[in-house]
Amino acid sequence: MSQIENVSRRGFLRGVVGAGAFVLAVRYVPPIFADEPAPDGQTEADRAPFHPNLFVGIETDGTVHIVAHRSEMGTAIRTTLPLVVADELDADWNRVKIDQAIGDKRYGDQNTDGSHSIRSFFDTMRECGASARWMLVQAAAQKWNVPTTECSTEPHTVVHAKSGRKLGYGELASAAAKFDVPKKDQLTFKKPADWRYIGKGKTSYDLENLCTGKAIYGMDAKIDGMIYASIEHPPVYGGKVKSYDEQEALKVSGVHQTMLIDPFKPPAAFQPLGGVAVLADNSWAAFQGRKKLKITWENGANETYDSTEYKKELQETARKPSKVIRTVGDANAALATASGANVIEAEYYVPLLAHAPMEPLVALAEYKDGKATIWAPTQNPQAVQAIVSTELGIPKENVICNVTLLGGGFGRKSKPDYVAEAAVLSKKVGRPVKVVWTREDDIKFDYYNAVAGMYFKAAVDAKGKPTAWLQRSVFPPITSIFDVNAVYGDPPHLAQGWTDMPYDLPNLSIENGPAKAHVRIGWLRSVANIYHGFGIQCFTDELAHRARRDPLEYLLDLIGPARTIDFKNVEYPNYGASLDTYPWETGRLRHVTELVAEKSGWAKKKSAKGHGFGIATHRSFLTYVATVVEVEVNDQGEIRIPRVDTAVDAGLIANPEITRAQFEGAAVFGTSIVRTGEITAKNGVIQQSNFNDYPVARINEAPQRTNVYIVESSAPPAGVGEPGVPPFVAAFCNAIYAATGKRVRNLPLSSSGLFG
Amino acid sequence: MVKLNVNGVDHTFDGDPSMPLLWYLRDILGLTGTKFGCGMALCGACTVHKNGEAIRSCVTPLSAAAGSKIRTIEDIGANGLHPVQKAWIEVNAPQCGYCQSGQIMQAIALLKSKPHPTDQDIDDGMAGNICRCGTYQRIRAAIKLAAEKSA
Repeated sequence: MSQIENVSRRGFLRGVVGAGAFVLAVRYVPPIFADEPAPDGQTEADRAPFHPNLFVGIETDGTVHIVAHRSEMGTAIRTTLPLVVADELDADWNRVKIDQAIGDKRYGDQNTDGSHSIRSFFDTMRECGASARWMLVQAAAQKWNVPTTECSTEPHTVVHAKSGRKLGYGELASAAAKFDVPKKDQLTFKKPADWRYIGKGKTSYDLENLCTGKAIYGMDAKIDGMIYASIEHPPVYGGKVKSYDEQEALKVSGVHQTMLIDPFKPPAAFQPLGGVAVLADNSWAAFQGRKKLKITWENGANETYDSTEYKKELQETARKPSKVIRTVGDANAALATASGANVIEAEYYVPLLAHAPMEPLVALAEYKDGKATIWAPTQNPQAVQAIVSTELGIPKENVICNVTLLGGGFGRKSKPDYVAEAAVLSKKVGRPVKVVWTREDDIKFDYYNAVAGMYFKAAVDAKGKPTAWLQRSVFPPITSIFDVNAVYGDPPHLAQGWTDMPYDLPNLSIENGPAKAHVRIGWLRSVANIYHGFGIQCFTDELAHRARRDPLEYLLDLIGPARTIDFKNVEYPNYGASLDTYPWETGRLRHVTELVAEKSGWAKKKSAKGHGFGIATHRSFLTYVATVVEVEVNDQGEIRIPRVDTAVDAGLIANPEITRAQFEGAAVFGTSIVRTGEITAKNGVIQQSNFNDYPVARINEAPQRTNVYIVESSAPPAGVGEPGVPPFVAAFCNAIYAATGKRVRNLPLSSSGLFG
Repeated sequence: MVKLNVNGVDHTFDGDPSMPLLWYLRDILGLTGTKFGCGMALCGACTVHKNGEAIRSCVTPLSAAAGSKIRTIEDIGANGLHPVQKAWIEVNAPQCGYCQSGQIMQAIALLKSKPHPTDQDIDDGMAGNICRCGTYQRIRAAIKLAAEKSA
């Protein structure tokens, strides 16, 4: 799949490294996009049969440049992937400099989402490092006239132990560049026991800059001659400007002009929403000018959208038989013959959720001479190239997308509508434009995580164990942003904790009903796993309590003995990974469940009024997670979370410290979802606007302490950014039940009517 | 005409005095370490010190900052890292980092009034600062560590 080639002799340096540098390129077709056509031969690198890439460069002074091609939004991926390169290269991390890649298909996939950066690029990064090390060893051996087998490396140095000679990587760089890049089968990789960085980890390359205000985010990008823009978007999805009056806006000090932005042509995808932009000397003046605009809107078909009515429709749909996704046995027949007392039904609901990254959307674009140069906090610079190319009518190659640090992303910054706005405006006004979204814009014009209604029905035996299980989910699919007629869940998102409901039951029916979208739907950290995990794991807890069984023991009984789930005749995309490499192993789910029970002291913990413990488990992004949440609920219904315990099996862990931080953060993210996460709409207009009416968890509301237990594993690496959220959400709600006897079936708590 | 001192340097501004200090710092002075998060004093990302007190610069009009001494994150580590910054680094507090300038400015102000804060003091002092990545547990640890080290 990968081929590595020395490109330094082709003068292909791209500014990453200076003269005299030794450069390695790797051509890589990410497996998940293997069906995509090869690039169309625009650049020197494209002459090769696959995507060529640049990842490693070594200066003659020994400085090692490693390219980070994924976006940094807080997961430290821009540290961890280069760390893998550095380990196989046997580089001294203190002499490594990280270069952030621009958007370029040579790097293969750059969409930093789906928790797959490590698993997709781990092997490639190792090959990059190992190839470079191989060539440095060749160069040293030749200089010393000794066999390469007598040479070894220590950080940044090739060593000939017999003679005690050493040469630094910088001294060897020029000579190493003259060797051919080895074939993959010539490479020797370090044994895991010899890894210096992989599995041990490092903190973020940017850590000090993040604590001193020096880190540059998209919001901080600045170039000469730029002007600031703030955009009034159509309040209803799909609406248009009928007419507008700019007179008062232009009177605001610092405002230069206004500009109409065309509405999108359905499907919306990543096109700008349209509206009226106010361009000014600074952000504040643009905001002030915008307030003075008088706009008459044509709202269009979505102006009747009311989220309260929509919820009823979803639930109605969820009660009716619908598209069957996966079956075992015959659940419907078994349910029909079960006696009424042994049949349990429940409905669960999760509303639309907004991303609300701390950095509102922002992008700087300069259109000049048929080329667009972008500076943006984007998770997906190649999608930026694509949409800017389409919007401006220029080739993708003429769109240079510089990726800044991201002040959070959570999936929102994979969708570059805001970047396209800056590019469109720059072309219209003939100077660089920085589009700054307010928090209100961010909340009101998101690609929301889908609202979902779920219906569960189970028949149970004398021990309360299901003999039949029916689950039906209904949610407007993400595919609706690409296909206006899409109403059913698409296989990749159904596969997020729904198709793969893991219990070992004789009769199972997994279904999905239709729902039309009236807002833009998009990926949010954990995506469909949020509602699927919540529904399944809370319904399980209901059944356990009904059977008067310990929720842990009951959960393990349903998971059953270790087995590999058989997806024969079932469409199960498995997060784009092969089921051979990443089988669905219930034994691993069992193991994390048992581990978290042990570590949290579950057996000794007895829930009482006002003090409860909840457990839940879930596999997402190929990672198995189980979580125990402890809650305290006082007489006023105020909820505290003193402790969370989470056990994680994500296969091989490249950076344990960062992994722990991701699971700590996931618990806080889940806290926001459970407590207050809710977007509603009336007359097609989103009702929330800022952190006052879309609150997110604060330090006093978040878990006081989250303990993360990582399973040591040599299984292939899996995701760590997202998988912590779903089991936390369910375990939190199960803990609330244990403490109060109140079953949370409708999120969030703030509008469930259960507390206060 | 508004006169103020930012990080030890005197400035005058003859634009709109209702412009919030945040935008003056960021767009006019180019001090981008102070962040825009909400514009309504709801998230704390814009926290700076005015005469030593933590304020939300996004809702502080320049007219209200006139004659005062403003200190931003850029000045905090200018002559070597501040103990609070060192603690932040030691516990690996940030993820995306966007809110952390504000968190650090708020924490410095908190430690000034409560050199040995309890968990409740930390909750009370830091609840105005949102971190969407959810680094609160490390922020709490960093504040305690900074308090210990300066004891």
